[in-house]
Amino acid sequence: MRLFHKLRHRLRSLLQKEQADGELSDEFQFHLQCQINELIAEGVSPDEARYAALRSIGGLEQFKQECRDMRSVSFIEHIQQDLRFGFRMLARSPGFSLLAILCLTVGIGANAAVFSWIEGTLFRPYPRVAHQERLLVLAGTARGTPGYDEVSWPDFLDFQKSCTLAEAVVAEKIVGTTLSIGDRAERTTGSIVSANYFDAMGVRPVLGRGFTPDEDSGRNAHPVVVISYQMWQDRFRGDPAIIGKTQMMNGLPHTIVGVTPDGFYGTFVGYPFQFWVPASMQEKFDSTGYKLEDRDARWIEGFVRLKPGVTAAQAQAEIAGVASRLELAYPETNRGRGIKLLPLWQSPFNGAEILLPTLGIALAVVVFVLLIACANVGNLMLVRSFARRHEMTIRLAIGADRRRLLKQLLTEGLILSTFAAVGGLLVANWCRNALVRIIPPRGVQMRMAGDIDWRVLALSAAVCLISTLLFGLVPAIQSSKVDLAGALKSESGGVVSGRHGSRIRSTLVLLQVALSFILLVAAGLLIQSLQRIRTASPGFSTQGVVLTAVNLFAAGYDAPRARNFQDQLMDRVQSLSGVESAAYGRITPFSYRTYSSAPIEVDGYEAPPDQEPTVEYNEVSPAYFETLRIPFVSGRDFSRADDEAAPPVAIVNETMVAKYWRGENPIGKRLKVKDRWMQVVGVVKTAKYANLLEPEKPFFYVPLRQNPSTQVGLFVRTPQGPETMAPQLAHEVHALDPDLAPYEVITMREQIDRTTSSQHIAVTLLTGFGGLALLLAGIGLYGVMSYAVSQSTRELGLRMALGAAPSHLLRLVMSRGVTLTAGGIAVGASAALLLTRLLGYLLYKVSPRDPLSFALAFAVMIVVAMAASLVPAWRATKTDPVRALRSE
Amino acid sequence: MGKPTDLVQGTLDLLILKTLALQPMHGWGIAQRIRQVSNEVLQVNQGALYPALYRLEQQGWIQSKWGESENNRRAKYYSLTRDGGKYLRQQEAQWNRLSGAIDLVLETA
Repeated sequence: MRLFHKLRHRLRSLLQKEQADGELSDEFQFHLQCQINELIAEGVSPDEARYAALRSIGGLEQFKQECRDMRSVSFIEHIQQDLRFGFRMLARSPGFSLLAILCLTVGIGANAAVFSWIEGTLFRPYPRVAHQERLLVLAGTARGTPGYDEVSWPDFLDFQKSCTLAEAVVAEKIVGTTLSIGDRAERTTGSIVSANYFDAMGVRPVLGRGFTPDEDSGRNAHPVVVISYQMWQDRFRGDPAIIGKTQMMNGLPHTIVGVTPDGFYGTFVGYPFQFWVPASMQEKFDSTGYKLEDRDARWIEGFVRLKPGVTAAQAQAEIAGVASRLELAYPETNRGRGIKLLPLWQSPFNGAEILLPTLGIALAVVVFVLLIACANVGNLMLVRSFARRHEMTIRLAIGADRRRLLKQLLTEGLILSTFAAVGGLLVANWCRNALVRIIPPRGVQMRMAGDIDWRVLALSAAVCLISTLLFGLVPAIQSSKVDLAGALKSESGGVVSGRHGSRIRSTLVLLQVALSFILLVAAGLLIQSLQRIRTASPGFSTQGVVLTAVNLFAAGYDAPRARNFQDQLMDRVQSLSGVESAAYGRITPFSYRTYSSAPIEVDGYEAPPDQEPTVEYNEVSPAYFETLRIPFVSGRDFSRADDEAAPPVAIVNETMVAKYWRGENPIGKRLKVKDRWMQVVGVVKTAKYANLLEPEKPFFYVPLRQNPSTQVGLFVRTPQGPETMAPQLAHEVHALDPDLAPYEVITMREQIDRTTSSQHIAVTLLTGFGGLALLLAGIGLYGVMSYAVSQSTRELGLRMALGAAPSHLLRLVMSRGVTLTAGGIAVGASAALLLTRLLGYLLYKVSPRDPLSFALAFAVMIVVAMAASLVPAWRATKTDPVRALRSE
Repeated sequence: MGKPTDLVQGTLDLLILKTLALQPMHGWGIAQRIRQVSNEVLQVNQGALYPALYRLEQQGWIQSKWGESENNRRAKYYSLTRDGGKYLRQQEAQWNRLSGAIDLVLETA
């Protein structure tokens, strides 16, 4: 009842404001009249009665306002007034407004962009996939080995059967294939998935269907494919009758059964997927053999979708239980094998791994940029509040309450930051695909897009509000110190105590300099690190080697035909002019594809009982070590005689010798790989295999001939560049099979650069944002110095009149600017000493306290400070002493 | 009580509510009534009265309606709402407790 009264009353006061005001007036008139009548009745003359009555009320307007305030809707009225007034004030000084909005746009835009990247690539990385918060990554673990592993198909089926807390357990494996046959082999990325994939992801094909449960089983029994919307448009020109048509894939016609909706790119960070095939087709798309019945073949990068309400910890506990049951049931293959469920952003199987540390640092950096921008706008507002001190004093004097003034200032700030937030979101939207442009190209379409959803919008709005408070409060504190009497006495100057104001301003600049300095140091460290990475030796030669690949697997070659082709191609390539040597390797070092790995046994080496030593290896042809210049320590290279008829052999690296043979010469000793004993014939130096930052690890090589593969990389040592080699190689391949074409030809150096994406992203972001920060700090310093000069005209004039030379004044002003900067640098340097450690693994052979980076940042900062104070200092020397002294 | 305007806010609210408990009344009437009943001790200035009335209405303790005054002029009449009545009884009880306590202190101290 009371609520109803209140509500009706409030609505009326708000909607019928004019009427309510009129009623207030009427009521007041009535009261006044009663009072006058009473006075007249007491014998006072009518005029005097009226005067006395009016006087007894006091300030009429104040009284009315007080009544209005009581109606408490005045809150909304005030906001309307403040907004209107705020817009007027901002429109009156467009230069100030524009500069402030620009600074804030940079700050808020940078934040919104990084938020959108984090949202789009880490938290909700898979567009159109439903309820990603309930999706976890299924990763295998091996006791005694750090990092994560894939999962085998039989294990996967057991998890699918036994995990009651999961709505679905999904298998997926990224695969590439070659589609256009002709002059150019076009690499296309897709994946092998379990039949429940599309249902579990909540993706309904726009045409046709997903997979049916029976398509999970039967070796190569279901040559069906679901294609992406993009592939449907690009390759098939949106053919509405596409369902049921066939597409040759890996030598087998596949029936197209479905088309995914536009905007679905699969469940992988980095590449947009173009096709999906069911798990039963694994052998056709994985050149390393049939794995659906092999518990020891780990290849699945899966997902678990939790039932609603189930926590990750509960699901983890359940699946760990299943894994340990499997360990007991299949000790041969599952000893020491566990399962870890990871959130999507920690996935070890895709680009999230590159982006996680980089975007974390980017987030810290943009917060710095935002703080610097806020400090700048705070300074601008201070200058303006000084210019508006007269307005503020008058408003206080005629009875404005201080809280109301504060609200007015914050409203103006909010108008600024709202404009900036809109601008910032536009910037962020424009930068959505910037990440992919920063990293070195890969020869295949990539995708790392930001996503601006309501969470990003909400977070940006929060940033906008917080920054308003940050910069809006500075002048508010200032103006609440206004001394009324003093202000009214003197018309110009001295209201906002100059000393006090300049202290705040100097502190803000100090903060800006300190923050920029930290960013500069970090940028310096990362640039050095990237340079070291570029010149680092991976343990093999990166100069004068080009590489490419011919995908015989995708062309449907069987093993004998492939071997024949490989032999013939090798002979042709080696006889090309300018080719010093050439070799095959199944895996190209530093590529995305994973090496084979196998459990090993070595005579005389006892593994801990609950562990199974597993080592990675590569299948290579003779002359591989010569071509890549990996030095031999002892023993011999493989030769063409090491073929399927000869006894199996292996070449091991030095780290493996140290670990499994305790440093003794292993030549002639035995090594058991899976079920096959091999003889060690050579020892080579340890190199880097997947990236430059990996620790030294045991590794061995086996002859390609004894372990044939239809999908191999070709390495050519030649002084010629890829441009000249590409047509020659294409020609030789065409000569052997006109339907085949090699992949792009690149140098080994390019191949390595592709693995340093995270460093590239970090360096680009830090130098970009560091530059912005520096610019903002420079503007801030410039503002403070010019203001200081304009305020001390009298002092400067006096000094001049007393005979100070212009050069002296120049030094005086400059030294003030530089002192301020030095203070900021001191603060920044101490903070940087603590903070740069957070760059962590992005730093390659650079100490986080590298003196060179600190020195460089110092130099840059000082130069900027000098530049920023030069103009104000020059202006100081132009002070006209007569005018300056006469002005007061 | 020194100057009449020094009425504590809560006290003025209580006086207004109590006055309105008798019958609906306009602002001038309320002020007059309080003055008469208190033997001219409590003088309620309109600068304090109207904000208080608006606040009480805002809070839903009283409601207002336009009507004709004794001398045939348009006047705004305030009356107690049912919630206002309850509120008044609460406030009265509290006031009695408080003033009793103060009396006690004054007598014994």
